[in-house]
Amino acid sequence: MPKGEIVLGALAPHPPHVVYAENPPQNEPISEGGWETLRWGYNRLARKLETLDYDAIVVFTPHWQTYVGTHFLGLPRFSSKSVDPIFPNIFRYNYDLQVDVELSEAMCEKAAEAGLITRMMRNPDFRVDYGTITSCHMLNPKWDKPVITISSNRNTHYYSPEVMIEQALALGKACREAIEESGKRVVLVSSHSLSHRHFVTESPLPEDMSREHIYNHSQYVWDMALIKLFREGKMKEAIDIMPEYTEQTIAETEGGGIIWMMGAMDMPDYPAEIYGYQSVIGTGNCIAAWVPEPDAREIVL
Amino acid sequence: MDEDIIEFGLYVPPHPHPLLSPEANNGYGRLRAAYDECRKRIEESDADLIIVYSTTWPSIIGHQFQANPNSEWVHVDDDFHYLGSMPYSFTMDAEFAESCVQKAESRGLQARTVNYDAFPIDTGSITALSLLNPDNRLPATIVSSNMYANRSETIVLGKAIRDALTEGGRKAVVVVVSSLSNRMFTEPIDPSEDRIHSQKDDDWNKKILEFFNDGRLEDLSQLSREIHGQIRVQKVVAYKPAWWMAATMGQHNNYTGEVLAYEALHGSGGAVIQLTPATGSVGDKEFDEDDVEYYKGDREVLNKGMLE
Repeated sequence: MPKGEIVLGALAPHPPHVVYAENPPQNEPISEGGWETLRWGYNRLARKLETLDYDAIVVFTPHWQTYVGTHFLGLPRFSSKSVDPIFPNIFRYNYDLQVDVELSEAMCEKAAEAGLITRMMRNPDFRVDYGTITSCHMLNPKWDKPVITISSNRNTHYYSPEVMIEQALALGKACREAIEESGKRVVLVSSHSLSHRHFVTESPLPEDMSREHIYNHSQYVWDMALIKLFREGKMKEAIDIMPEYTEQTIAETEGGGIIWMMGAMDMPDYPAEIYGYQSVIGTGNCIAAWVPEPDAREIVL
Repeated sequence: MDEDIIEFGLYVPPHPHPLLSPEANNGYGRLRAAYDECRKRIEESDADLIIVYSTTWPSIIGHQFQANPNSEWVHVDDDFHYLGSMPYSFTMDAEFAESCVQKAESRGLQARTVNYDAFPIDTGSITALSLLNPDNRLPATIVSSNMYANRSETIVLGKAIRDALTEGGRKAVVVVVSSLSNRMFTEPIDPSEDRIHSQKDDDWNKKILEFFNDGRLEDLSQLSREIHGQIRVQKVVAYKPAWWMAATMGQHNNYTGEVLAYEALHGSGGAVIQLTPATGSVGDKEFDEDDVEYYKGDREVLNKGMLE
């Protein structure tokens, strides 16, 4: 059996607004569009993924929050309706996804061997979080690949950003080992925004783009500083400033997603492909991809 | 006047164990028994409405009020999914929820009702309503906890709900769903060995319970920032339940308090407490922060540039 590998790692923000704006048949609310910079970037990355040969998508999501260890989806199929508790007016999505349980169990086992607290989630009534659904819908709207969702353990709040980083890197390394042993080709998805301060009011038409902008200039400057490191392939430096970045921008990086992904990808030192940056209800969102195979790497933006 | 609109208030924990596994630990069983006692007291009361403020339903766009007349689904907790599923079917008072929104808006708050099929009602609200009002004898509404709201916004929210109760001539049981100390163990435990996470958390919880037992709700409201710093994992900006409870029930210490149970729930402090409006006053704190009637929103400090 050939050694498994990670073919691409994507930073894939999950504001439900982008699905709402796409008007897919699975989502009940209807929009007039909006957030095109992000959506077109997503569309471009989805087209690239169609050209890659891969077996499964592994998603790390901050909207499945667990305090007792890290949890993994553990049943072959989940089908239900996801209603966003924060933005129910724009996201009521009927989903039906397949799970690669074998790989999920292997990652769970490897993480446990590394000393992390883990648990498989095998309750058939469990609703998959909207972060997973949004990122996966935008990256693979056909839903023709099995998905594995990994929960976000809340180490940042319980201990410190440094403890979170240490554990997220260890989790990433364990996932990489499981992927390599599986012989499978896998896409990793770190599902989150960058700066994460929201406006607490909403315009009557949520997709009214005349109202959309970053919450404040400080958030923008910090986001750009991080994206500059992405472009330069300086991911170790990016992780090094992550505690301060997260504190200054209330960033969704506090869940550990991109850190987990960098740990799994052995801390890339090559430039990321940047697909877009745009604010959604004040938060900063960047779509980026890291591609280990040099011949498959592009300059997108 | 409080007695006219508030029958009594309850403070209950958000964890699903008293609902799903009361037999797993004697303490869970005692919490369940306390819930059962409160259910009987609600049935024997003159209340015509239950209002739930849940710390496990966060909101961003202002304050949300559950208004689906028949809110039905099967919920599974993110952490404790192995304890089982939580099917629910709740009767919500849509008219009252709409009135709360109007009153909140008239006090400067952003607010809206939510009425959507399959809306994910949170673990804490499901546990509370399933145990306190299992047959939907009374209609309810659930109020979200805005993740950015701090003291003034939370107090104005409570006052807006009082406005709605007064105008509607309603009589409510007020239910706050929140832990005391909220630090859980971060590893699996044998339920039979559950205990409060630390001595410090236990000491603070017991001090808070003294205040509740003495009916000193406004004093607890005044202590909220201290409570947040001492025994709350810093997941949100503030410990808000006592602010909301005091503003909704009445900002004073004239209550009869009763702690029906206090137990560990995977390390966190879980208590079932009743506060009933009464006459007489206990307490020694003086109000040291301005009361607030109208929420004015952000002060735009960030846009004011350099200090002159």
